[in-house]
Amino acid sequence: MASVPGLEPTETAATAEDTTTTDTPRSSRRRTRRNKVTSHDSFLSYANGRWWKIAGLLCLASLLAYIFVPLPAQHFGGTWLGYTLGTIGAGLIVWLTLLGVRKRAMTPGTWSLKAWTSAHVYLGLSLIVVATLHTGFDLGWNVHTLAWALMMIVIVSGMFGIWFYWTLPQALSENRYDEDGAVTEKQMIEQLRSLDRQIHDAAQPLSAEDAAVVEKSLEQDPFDGSIWNRVTARYPNCATRRAAGTLREARAFRPRVADDPLDRVDALLTRKEAMLARLRRHLRLKSLLQLWLYVHVPVTFALLAALSAHIVSVFFYW
Amino acid sequence: MGTVSDTFRVAIIGSGPAGMSAASRAAALGLSHVLIEKTDHLSDTIFKYQKGKHVMATPSQLILRSDQEFDAGKREDILEKWNSRTADLGINVKYEAEVKAIRGTGPAIPGSVQQIVKRNRDGTKDVKELQRHEGPYELELTNGEKLIADTVILAIGTQGNPNLMRCPGGDLPHVTYQLDDPTEVLDEHVIVVGVGDAGIENARGLAEDSAQGNVVSILNRKPKSTNVRESFANAKEPNAKALVEDDADGKLTIRYETEVKELEPGWATLSTRDGEEKIRCDRVIARIGSAPPRAFVENCGIAFTSEDRLAFPQLSPVFETTAPGIFVIGALAGYPLIKHCMNQGYDVVEFINGNTDLKPADEPLLAEKFAGLPKGRSVDEWLEHLRTSISILKDMSPLQMREFMLDSDVRSYAPGEVVFEKNAPGSSLFAIAEGLVHVRIDPNDASKVVPIEAGTIFGEVGLISGRRRGATIVAAEPTICVEISRNAALKLMSQVPPAKREIERISTERQLLQMFGSGLTSADIAEVVETAKIRTVPAGQAIIKEGEDGKNIFVIRVGSMVVEKEVGGKPVFLSYLPAGSYVGEMALIDGGQRTATVRAAIKSEVIEIDGEAFERVLAAKPALMDKARGEMDVRRRTNALIESKKDSFSGVVDLYSEQAKFLVSQGLGEATDVLLIDEKLCVGCDNCEKACADAHEGLSRLDREAGKSFAHLHVPTSCRHCEHPHCMADCPPNAIHRGPDGEVFIDDTCIGCGNCQRNCPYGVIRMDKVPPPKPSLLSWLFFGKGPGPGEPAAKWAKKNMPYNGDPAHDEALDRKKAIKCDMCAGIDGGPACVRACPTGAAIRVAPDEFLTVARLKSETEGA
Ligand SMILES: Cc1cc2nc3c(=O)[nH]c(=O)nc-3n(C[C@H](O)[C@H](O)[C@H](O)COP(=O)(O)OP(=O)(O)OC[C@H]3O[C@@H](n4cnc5c(N)ncnc54)[C@H](O)[C@@H]3O)c2cc1C
Ligand code: HEM
Ligand code: SF4
Ligand code: SF4
Ligand code: SF4
Repeated sequence: MASVPGLEPTETAATAEDTTTTDTPRSSRRRTRRNKVTSHDSFLSYANGRWWKIAGLLCLASLLAYIFVPLPAQHFGGTWLGYTLGTIGAGLIVWLTLLGVRKRAMTPGTWSLKAWTSAHVYLGLSLIVVATLHTGFDLGWNVHTLAWALMMIVIVSGMFGIWFYWTLPQALSENRYDEDGAVTEKQMIEQLRSLDRQIHDAAQPLSAEDAAVVEKSLEQDPFDGSIWNRVTARYPNCATRRAAGTLREARAFRPRVADDPLDRVDALLTRKEAMLARLRRHLRLKSLLQLWLYVHVPVTFALLAALSAHIVSVFFYW
Repeated sequence: MGTVSDTFRVAIIGSGPAGMSAASRAAALGLSHVLIEKTDHLSDTIFKYQKGKHVMATPSQLILRSDQEFDAGKREDILEKWNSRTADLGINVKYEAEVKAIRGTGPAIPGSVQQIVKRNRDGTKDVKELQRHEGPYELELTNGEKLIADTVILAIGTQGNPNLMRCPGGDLPHVTYQLDDPTEVLDEHVIVVGVGDAGIENARGLAEDSAQGNVVSILNRKPKSTNVRESFANAKEPNAKALVEDDADGKLTIRYETEVKELEPGWATLSTRDGEEKIRCDRVIARIGSAPPRAFVENCGIAFTSEDRLAFPQLSPVFETTAPGIFVIGALAGYPLIKHCMNQGYDVVEFINGNTDLKPADEPLLAEKFAGLPKGRSVDEWLEHLRTSISILKDMSPLQMREFMLDSDVRSYAPGEVVFEKNAPGSSLFAIAEGLVHVRIDPNDASKVVPIEAGTIFGEVGLISGRRRGATIVAAEPTICVEISRNAALKLMSQVPPAKREIERISTERQLLQMFGSGLTSADIAEVVETAKIRTVPAGQAIIKEGEDGKNIFVIRVGSMVVEKEVGGKPVFLSYLPAGSYVGEMALIDGGQRTATVRAAIKSEVIEIDGEAFERVLAAKPALMDKARGEMDVRRRTNALIESKKDSFSGVVDLYSEQAKFLVSQGLGEATDVLLIDEKLCVGCDNCEKACADAHEGLSRLDREAGKSFAHLHVPTSCRHCEHPHCMADCPPNAIHRGPDGEVFIDDTCIGCGNCQRNCPYGVIRMDKVPPPKPSLLSWLFFGKGPGPGEPAAKWAKKNMPYNGDPAHDEALDRKKAIKCDMCAGIDGGPACVRACPTGAAIRVAPDEFLTVARLKSETEGA
């Protein structure tokens, strides 16, 4: 997977399979010495697609078993194979949920979140096969199918996640560049504040009416706006744009003079618009990178509840 | 025309901890004394610490011996105690008195002539000779007053005096060097000279309130640039940005590419890019840095140990200088910690008063260092034994030996015991006092060894290049070695020039032997070593130019080089050469012109070897010739590969080349390990920062978003673990070290002075206080307790800080210390930032392993 040119796997003595794990210690003193890496791979291609292969094998095995293993003619979920697939599926779901804990528990040890994410994605996808087979295609309006459906929602949202993770980071980083290097979110906000101060000073000579319009732009918090505004980066109520428009209109009706304070304010507002646009693109990309998690995670909890209900009801009422 | 008022037994100049403690002892002993202080308060250096700073009392094992109290605590409390004690002791303090010159009034001392060397900007030197006279000494103050004293104690610290305006009219009274209260300046035309932080703060302060009616101009010698980091290289970025903004708002004027040509009352003539311009000027505030006090000290007849910038005055064991009767103590004598300063103040007055039996206060510390050694010698005997048996120490004074040993360690080794292992990181130098060690030249065969005898040194490569140890060293007999810390070794080299030459000679020889291997002995390369020259190469300068003739070989001793070649009219990056490698052999072996350009990635040092002398070695040693040919072939293939790819993959080659240049510009040239982020993978989750904070007492040591990027490779603000860390340069308690995994880390003795933060060119050190511990992850997950993973918000930390009302306890909690990446040393699994990245965007790399052509190869083959 070509990402940054030259960051692809290369062979040097120091490159080992698990790029983030500890080397086999050569002497006890070097225990914490990690591998030096000259190359890296993304979570999708981690360890030459180890989890992709494992997940694929799991699907294949489940499918072959489903097709070829002779089973008593009864409800599939109740057969030994059905139980097996169900247990694997439930176990996987619980384990997939634990990613949320792993991500936040910064314990020592030779694990890497990249490896976990890699396994999460591929094993999560394998559930489409494993759990669906477990249903024996016996879907209906009941708690069992609810669990399956919730799981499918989680999985589909996960696929969206992958899509965003794969396509957006580049745009996020490009949006942050300027000639001096990368601008941080904090710097963008600082720049806006400083522009606001300049606009405030420059607006002093304006008429009360014009100043009031400009004031609106200063009052508006760039972080205001609904989720929808953020995700689309469209802000129809942008006071800055309105102020710039109003001033330009006003100026069209006035005689042209040198050093018109309106010109100065207009120029500053134009700069502010450009900066706002950058901040808004930034917020849009960041929101998109997180938005899908707002489906993925809550539905996971709903899934866990439905799954528990499914298991309890199976044991007691089937 | 000054008046001579009094004669004193001792005059103490400077009322910092050192001078003040000396005056206190003098007062307690009832000696006639005067304490002369430039400012209107005691201890100006500490007075100028930021408000409420927690002052540390390191080293903690050292006992305090002074008539004044000192313990860790708030700056205000300490100054308060000193003030009241100074009054109680009845110390005769003379405030607002700056000593400008000290002259002996007695007869000339035969044969005692001081040579003062002044280095000019153009590299030439002026030597001035100064005949020394015996005391009593006449002290001349800047206001013309004169004092007479039998003995003088200089304790003026190292802060120095502000640099002066040198243009005509620079001595006019409206030319000033500080600004106490900007709000008091009204309706003036002010010119601020200098765009460091001090100048910027002054200019902005004067212009802030337009009601004050000041017209402020600030002069910048550099041209205007969109990048404030270029046009204001000496200022902090937020300061510079704020200034540029004030300029845009019309509050003040920044004049770029402008200097003051001449001053006269009311007017200033400026030289600008477009010629001269005369503007109104009621006041000049010059903030153009400060000059170290060396010139003043030298003019008192006090010789320094060398011309090196880091050198200190030559002192006897009782702190007496080369001018008899003048003593130097405190930071100026090379002891920057307050406790040392105070102890010396006490000791020096005792010595002057004739107490010759006094043992220095550091005696117990030294006794402890020698405690583990066989044979009961006293501290003084040990110091003398080490000094006489180790060649590089023989020119040290007893006082220097004491100080030196405080920073060093001495250990005994049984036969067969390993001193250090190959590839272990380490920047210290070892000297053998007794016994014999063996260097293992073959890692797989313990019997292949080279001996190193008592009296000499080893481990110098680590000291010089900051790279890992080149070989395992084992004691062959019962051996006693001194391990000289990097700082002590640098001090030694700057203070004892013969030691420096000796270390350089040995290191050159060893480096060549180690590099060329193949059974070479020192006799084989004697001629090469003799003719070798050590050269300093500024960043960007080429040592070899493509197409030129030349046969000399260059060994990179310090720093690193990049190799470039012109392909299709553009310089293309070929490879990166870390310290310890050599270049230039192709032209020597094959003849012909240089095939590539080699330039310094950062300021470097090379050993230049005479090509002809080396040719003779090659001719005599066919094995070496084969080896050199082998290595040359590898380089050839690299060059050929890049040239062949250039046509078919021109875009990729350019990108590869540009990216390498970008990385070098971001400090990779001096890095040993750096965090990079692949911005094609980074989803901006900041889990790397959170993990770092959670693995390190709640404070993140990296700023992921900040820093520069090129072609989607981002170098965040995080430590590069430099080969020669700038941050180490000026740490009073010596708290910054290189750890066993090559990490540069700060230990608990940090006093929070902020020097390392100022010295790090990459801005990766932050000064902060440790937040309180957080509730566990599970209680956050299930009950929402605490702020969750990552660095807690300052507000939460403040609210939850376990203050208990006890000032000592609470101050310790508020203590700010320097925080930086320690490469997660000691944490199983390694760097938390890398492990916690969900997508694999964050990686840590060593530049010599990262900047290889292999990257290009795989790219073009994959493409
Ligand atoms: C920000 C900061 C924090 C620090 N924190 C600590 C800490 O926590 N713990 C610690 O142990 N050390 C600390 N240090 C180091 C310590 O403050 C200094 O090394 C120490 O003050 C040096 O003492 P001194 O007496 O030699 O000189 P100084 O304290 O520098 O005193 C010199 C005095 O001489 C006066 N003077 C200079 N020239 C003349 C002249 N020509 N005539 C008359 N008077 C003159 C000056 O005004 C000044 O008052 C810190 C340093 C800094 C910069
Ligand atoms: C039933 C199956 C699944 C469950 C229960 C599940 C559950 C979870 C949970 C609890 C998280 C942690 C979120 C957080 O704390 O930030 C998570 C993260 C994630 N999941 Fe899933 N998931 C499932 C399937 C999938 C699938 C199929 C994919 C991909 C196709 C996927 C992709 C991801 C990704 C990319 C993350 C974010 C990793 C990160 O940024 O740290 N998941 N999932
Ligand atoms: S703190 Fe700065 S100077 Fe020190 S090693 Fe790190 S990057 Fe280099
Ligand atoms: S290596 Fe460790 S200390 Fe350094 S930035 Fe990464 S997590 Fe922080
Ligand atoms: S953990 Fe990885 S993906 Fe997240 S911000 Fe850090 S580098 Fe980017």
